[in-house]
Amino acid sequence: MLLYVLRRLLTAIPTLFVIVTLAFFLMRVAPGGPFNQERGLSPEIRANLEAQFGLGDPLWLQYVNYLNNLLHGNFGPSYNLPDFTVTELFAAGLPISAQLGASALILALLLGSMLGIIAALNQNKVGDYTVIAIATAGSTIPTFVIAPVIQLVFGLTWHLLPIGGWGDGALLNKIGPILTLALPQMAIVARLMRGSMIESLRSHHIRTARAMGLSDWSVVVKHALRGAVLPIVSFAGPAAAALLTGSVIVETIFSIPGVGRYFVEAALNRDYTLVMGTVVVIAIFTILFNLIVDIMYAVVDPRVRYD
Amino acid sequence: MSTPETVLSVNDLRVRFRTLDGVVEAVKGINLKVGAGETVAIVGESGSGKSQTMMAAMRLLASNGEATGSVDYRGRNLLTLSKSGLNEVRGRKITMIFQEPMTSLDPLYTIGNQLIEPIQRHRKLGAAAAREEALKLLKLVKIPDPERRMKSYPYEMSGGQRQRVMIAMALANDPDILIADEPTTALDVTIQAQILTLLAELQQKLGMAIVFITHDLGIVRRFADRVYVMRQGEVVEEGVTEAVFSKPTHPYTKMLLSAEPTGRKAPPAPNAPILLQGRDVEVVFKIGGGFLAGDPMLLRAVDRINIALRKGQTIGIVGESGSGKSTLGRALLRLLGSEGSIRFENRDISKADKGDMRPLRRELQLVFQDPFGSLSPRMTVGQIITEGLLVHEPSLSAKQRDARACEALEEVGLDPIMRNRYPHEFSGGQRQRIAIARAMILKPKVVVLDEPTSALDRSVQKQIVELLRKLQKDHDLSYLFISHDLAVVRAMADYLIVMKQGKIVEEGMTDAIFDNPREEYTQTLMAAAMDPTKFRLSA
Repeated sequence: MLLYVLRRLLTAIPTLFVIVTLAFFLMRVAPGGPFNQERGLSPEIRANLEAQFGLGDPLWLQYVNYLNNLLHGNFGPSYNLPDFTVTELFAAGLPISAQLGASALILALLLGSMLGIIAALNQNKVGDYTVIAIATAGSTIPTFVIAPVIQLVFGLTWHLLPIGGWGDGALLNKIGPILTLALPQMAIVARLMRGSMIESLRSHHIRTARAMGLSDWSVVVKHALRGAVLPIVSFAGPAAAALLTGSVIVETIFSIPGVGRYFVEAALNRDYTLVMGTVVVIAIFTILFNLIVDIMYAVVDPRVRYD
Repeated sequence: MSTPETVLSVNDLRVRFRTLDGVVEAVKGINLKVGAGETVAIVGESGSGKSQTMMAAMRLLASNGEATGSVDYRGRNLLTLSKSGLNEVRGRKITMIFQEPMTSLDPLYTIGNQLIEPIQRHRKLGAAAAREEALKLLKLVKIPDPERRMKSYPYEMSGGQRQRVMIAMALANDPDILIADEPTTALDVTIQAQILTLLAELQQKLGMAIVFITHDLGIVRRFADRVYVMRQGEVVEEGVTEAVFSKPTHPYTKMLLSAEPTGRKAPPAPNAPILLQGRDVEVVFKIGGGFLAGDPMLLRAVDRINIALRKGQTIGIVGESGSGKSTLGRALLRLLGSEGSIRFENRDISKADKGDMRPLRRELQLVFQDPFGSLSPRMTVGQIITEGLLVHEPSLSAKQRDARACEALEEVGLDPIMRNRYPHEFSGGQRQRIAIARAMILKPKVVVLDEPTSALDRSVQKQIVELLRKLQKDHDLSYLFISHDLAVVRAMADYLIVMKQGKIVEEGMTDAIFDNPREEYTQTLMAAAMDPTKFRLSA
């Protein structure tokens, strides 16, 4: 197993390299640059800035320099937020985004699984239809609708929650963003769990468990659920990578100083270093969580062996 | 024979399923009785309702199923018992083993864990005591190395061993009644015989009643005291086994008893040309291996086999699962890469690539075992059987193809009107006819039949065997008939090859081998195959 993890981490290096390379050159194919904004800078200032950041060098040299810096853990300075390095921006924002994302993911997994199980046990009955209705609504209503509704109802009307802001991480400030992030994921988890549980409950070994007179709890939780969680595990990996790296919509609507905004803002501003930083962070998260998913597979299912 | 006390009585049991096509009545008001310590067989073909009867009794019906009537176990009606009352009977007094040994155990827990759970549930034993019990049970069902097996997962065991574990689980709480639903159908013949012997021994030792649900008359004859014959949800005949077998009264029972394929095939003329020939055919599979994972394991599935199929000949290839018989068939058709030489009509095809093989494909056809999985559910029967014509006779017009489809369907005994229907509307036997039509429409010379009758009921098997023999005669076909079913092979093949672990153990004229098997393995196979015409030895 350890050997397997090591092997996977080793193969992550070429993967990352390919991602970085692709992102670097794709970014440069896009027209414009960090310093041609709507309010044009004078040519001298622009030339100065470009010289300072080495943007006048041939592209291959810039690429080699970037890789070299990256290998030393240096993501470079942000072009548009010149007072900060990319590393500083992530050090400040990533914990916030990750905290919200992780809470939302846990909430979605717990609630979604529960709803899914309830639906599966009441297949084609009222309970099932209720869950399907909730799940359909959850996955069809976009976050940019859910978020303002939460602000409106809980913030403006009932005064239960602040409308926005981080408030130095006060619990009440987190509830709105977490709910908004969790709802669509919960809907997906509920649907996945329902389908997976229905299939699992039909399997032959569940029939055996019933024929042996085992309790409903044991039949459902010990035997059916364990077999049914694998699709949820596969879903949770990429979902975790996406959630933990922040959401532009939620962070913008709730004025959260996370990193979700950077990807869009930086891409629009051609803030090359910040875009590259975001790509690397998301790539690392994705690779890492996929590895965790594969390890979880082996934990849940003894037939999965990696050595 | 004194009448034993009745432990289970099924009275006017009806089982209905709500389906999209309306309510289907699977069991239509049947009565059964099981005496203490008795062995009762419920025999019938698929769809007869024999399994659903016992599923209903155990309240294990699918969620769209509903049972009425009563199933009395010592004065308690199982159909109306509360859930907790029911679970005191299930697994404790009445237990069940199933047809699917590969999937009936939970793949995610160890054998030990799964054995201990029902013991603890029903007998309130501590963990250590329950573990001791489980270990005893594994010894009882003769699992080798039981200490180690406690920690094994189902996937680490063979089908026969898993079925032993199921039996151990079923007997864990010393039940009154063991319901065995086709317990050996999915197993190889030699394993079948071992499991049946084990069940008989355990019954003698523990004294429980056994309800055998089976389609196999050989098993009924050897093991059952009494038998109920079911057909389309009704019991058509019942009685003491020997009486029913020697003097069947219902025409259906008579038909079942005569359903064994009969007749022999004459060998082809000695100067018939060799059509397909394999020399030193070898297929090696690589298992595992890869980046940083070391060298792969090599599995020699087919080990230097020589075979020569003449025009008009049928070579039967028998062997148990894993013997390499199907792999050999596929290698000879070049559907799998292999070593050695393969010649078709005196042409070396062992190095032929996909493009070279394409024109030959129509002459070398294959019919599979699974009539359910091998037909595309989204194509009509007409489309399925004419698909090959699109490749091999592209000049045909749609009308001509349709005419050929009608011809082919008629030839396999189906009404050509059916060509516009979809496969799910057909029974297993009909589907196998469709699969045969799909091969025959191309007018092949060699057909590899890979267990074409194994998924079918005996009476349907017989029809398919007769159909295949007729087609062979009409078109002078050569067959490679792969099967584990000796009765069917005997009726189909004039030459026989017995395979084990990739090698030929014995070969020769079919009758000669059946009458006088030389090798020990062949003898075991023959002994294990149960002949329903012979009565059991033990009383």
